[in-house]
Amino acid sequence: MTRVAMERKVLTENDRIAAGLRAQFARHGILSVNLISSPGAGKTSLLERTLERFGAGERVAVLTGDIQTDNDARRLARWGFPVRQITTGGACHLDARMVEQALADWDLASLDLLLIENVGNLVCPSSYDLGEAAKVVVLSVAEGDDKPLKYPAIFFKSELLVLNKVDLLPYVNFDLALACEYARRVHPQIEIIETSCTTGAGLDKWLEWLKARRAMVVAPSIILSEAKDPRS
Amino acid sequence: MHELSIANAILDAVRQEAEKHPGARVTKVAVRVGELAGIDPEALDFGFTALVKGSDLEPLALEIEPLPRRHRCRQCGGTFAVSDARLACPECGSAESVMVSGDEMELAYMEVEET
Repeated sequence: MTRVAMERKVLTENDRIAAGLRAQFARHGILSVNLISSPGAGKTSLLERTLERFGAGERVAVLTGDIQTDNDARRLARWGFPVRQITTGGACHLDARMVEQALADWDLASLDLLLIENVGNLVCPSSYDLGEAAKVVVLSVAEGDDKPLKYPAIFFKSELLVLNKVDLLPYVNFDLALACEYARRVHPQIEIIETSCTTGAGLDKWLEWLKARRAMVVAPSIILSEAKDPRS
Repeated sequence: MHELSIANAILDAVRQEAEKHPGARVTKVAVRVGELAGIDPEALDFGFTALVKGSDLEPLALEIEPLPRRHRCRQCGGTFAVSDARLACPECGSAESVMVSGDEMELAYMEVEET
């Protein structure tokens, strides 16, 4: 019996494609954001409210992933920005190859912002790099406030936590401060924005975050890129 | 339940590596899975077994080495395992620490037998 060292990541092929996408996004100055949440936390609603607030000249596009149906793409197409549905046909997450294929005939030079809505799932999407500049996790207050402790991987890997549906706080047993504390325990540097897609609360902060994050992509500074890595 | 596609990626890697060892049979592959990798070891083992059954690689064993989340204290420099997401250093109490391991999903080694 001989032992052969392998010493590489399991998802080497996905990571290779993701690295190619990341290089393309960087070359074109595109901020790409990978939105991840459990089903029903409000990813599509957040995107609707986001597109609604953008002017017609905004250079934004959306990829939206679902196991079945193009309902989300149809919901999002109303604002006239390029939207493409990725139907995974069973897979519980998007992978880098799906994103690469979906973007194949798009002119990336015409974009500043690419919003990728992952399949609704708090676990699996956390393992797949899509070449994004940042993962954003959306958690609604209709879920449990201990989700960050139960699903630490995605909270650890996300730069921003969007706490959505805060208009429902009076009706649900969700401790906002505790949820934030749990998220920071898993990822001390995580940023947190509270939003409601129904009342519009917090959406300005979300748009400001996107704007500031885009500025980092266009003029990356060493300090900022270091601050991004939770290990540094 | 993305463990099935992870298992598939492991088998692809095994086949690739096996090509470098003609005439040998792979008997085992070992992976390291950090607790923040978002992988359920039992589901991975289940998917792996299902994929191997009846394939060219049968029989092939999978060894999963779970890696706990470990941090290094910025104050005293000691390393410690993080449990229940508590990040304070157990030695000096400092809250300032950085992660040194825990999100790995890596192929460690495989065992081959000459035939």
